[in-house]
Amino acid sequence: MSNKNDTYAYLLRLGDNALVLSQRLGEWCGKGPALEEDMALTNVALDLLGQARLWLSYAAELAGDGADEDSLAYLRDADQFRNVLLLEQPNGNYADTVVRQFFFDAWHALALQQLRVSQDPRIAEIADKALKEVNYHLRRSSDLVVRLGDGTEISRNRMQAAVDHLWPYSGEMFDADGVDLAAAAAGYGFDPSGLRTEWLAYVREVLEEGTLKLPSPEAWMQKGGKQGRHTEHLSRMLSEMQILQRSHPGATW
Amino acid sequence: MYAQMVDTGTRVAGNELDAAEVRFQKRIDDGIRVEPQDWMPDRYRKTLIRQISQHAHSEIVGQLPEGNWITRAPSLKRKAILLAKVQDEAGHGLYLYSAAETLGISRDQMVDDLHSGKAKYSSIFNYPTLTWADVGAIGWLVDGSAIMNQIPLCRCSYGPYSRAMIRVCKEEAFHMRQGYDMLMSLCRGTPEQKQMAQDALNRWWWPSLMMFGPPDADSVHSEQSKQWKIKLFTNDELRQKMVDQTVPQAEYLGLTIPDADLKWNAERGHYDYGAIDWEEFYNVVKGNGPCNRERIATRKKAWDDGEWFREALVAHADKKSKSKLQAAA
Ligand SMILES: [Fe+2]
Ligand SMILES: [Fe+2]
Ligand SMILES: [Fe+2]
Repeated sequence: MSNKNDTYAYLLRLGDNALVLSQRLGEWCGKGPALEEDMALTNVALDLLGQARLWLSYAAELAGDGADEDSLAYLRDADQFRNVLLLEQPNGNYADTVVRQFFFDAWHALALQQLRVSQDPRIAEIADKALKEVNYHLRRSSDLVVRLGDGTEISRNRMQAAVDHLWPYSGEMFDADGVDLAAAAAGYGFDPSGLRTEWLAYVREVLEEGTLKLPSPEAWMQKGGKQGRHTEHLSRMLSEMQILQRSHPGATW
Repeated sequence: MYAQMVDTGTRVAGNELDAAEVRFQKRIDDGIRVEPQDWMPDRYRKTLIRQISQHAHSEIVGQLPEGNWITRAPSLKRKAILLAKVQDEAGHGLYLYSAAETLGISRDQMVDDLHSGKAKYSSIFNYPTLTWADVGAIGWLVDGSAIMNQIPLCRCSYGPYSRAMIRVCKEEAFHMRQGYDMLMSLCRGTPEQKQMAQDALNRWWWPSLMMFGPPDADSVHSEQSKQWKIKLFTNDELRQKMVDQTVPQAEYLGLTIPDADLKWNAERGHYDYGAIDWEEFYNVVKGNGPCNRERIATRKKAWDDGEWFREALVAHADKKSKSKLQAAA
């Protein structure tokens, strides 16, 4: 059956993915390319933040020792974060932000479909709630990929450049390691390598509708985030996010 | 307020009003709402465009000072509250731009006017947010003042504006409570946190009083706006209300309002308060506030950086409607 440490490690991945992407999206708030888009993107950031809190609160309960969602978010160093590298990549121009979101949403929806039938009822419950939100995120980001891909020459070039640039970070989502396999074996999680075919087919279809090219699925893929080896961007992001908790230890806000 | 010193155009003496204007004023006096399709004097239309667009710009520029702390919010719960708040302000901007559009100006035109400096926004958003406590102080004092001004505007003479105000006021009341709650946590926290709250009050108090606009004696356009029922209380009346409401709230927090002359006047039944530095106010309005340049530069950059995005969406929509037409042909 499930081992508490494995489940904890698994929940951190889910929570950190949502938290780190939400943090990135929060950087756009008030500076989006159009008022309606700004508001829609903030909605996504809020959904992901809500999901992060549910995953991290559950992880904290398993960890015991007085941990809570905030101690996990604010008092871990970068090498203790377990998000995939894709999500810590900087916002770049808006095309980069849209493509990062699209790659993740397409995976996230598939992942939550698996987790909805988790044998851990708490995981199943969170996934069920999150999936309703993520289905909307995926519809939105897919639609933007099509419209910006098949928009102007400038927008197509920006979108293709973003796809090419972020592509090497897409493989990690499907890379199964011991934590994933333990989750799959115990029935509270799934083997992510099993999602890649469906993900590729969906991503190819949307990119093609947006007149964009799918890079080679055989390309070299970056990995390490799930094990705590991050890009240079994460520690900088965390130094900003964690500043108040770190400089006022023990304070309540 | 969010709309300060709104120019109402040249005043026309009563006997020079033509018959249509007299009928218009009579309807307003009778409490009948003006709707977009109704006839209205040109000066009423232009004044409202200035007032509503200034209010809309204030909501949009007002996202920036607090947005400054989203990535640094000290707990996930506070981060969620702040994200939602800043998003609400964008929503307020949106309703207000739509209300102004009913008067025959486009949103693009209003945005251009903001970026060129032709249109103003509230002076308050030209002050910096230096610590987390500033986020609480803005909710408490700035949203608090906004409510005070906007609750009467829910009854203003122009239908779309009054309806926008009703939606906006509900959310502003939330914002104020959340800001106060944030400060409450700081005041009950460590000495450093309490000091942070006091420092925020010290810096935001006077700008918040200035937010209501110049003293009545210097408000040249107030009379006309009152007659048209697009301003229901004078600047000084609202400012006094704000002081009277806020003093006990500050006492409850255990914070000191930075005004040595502040004291209860039993005869008036109001608090007396010290002299406001109007020279500072007029300078901030003129563009010399600590953050005027930065705020507009940030909005302009967001707009300019987003141009390719907006053009792409239009181009895509054009392609789609063309291919639909061809399919139908
Ligand atoms: Fe607002
Ligand atoms: Fe407002
Ligand atoms: Fe507000």
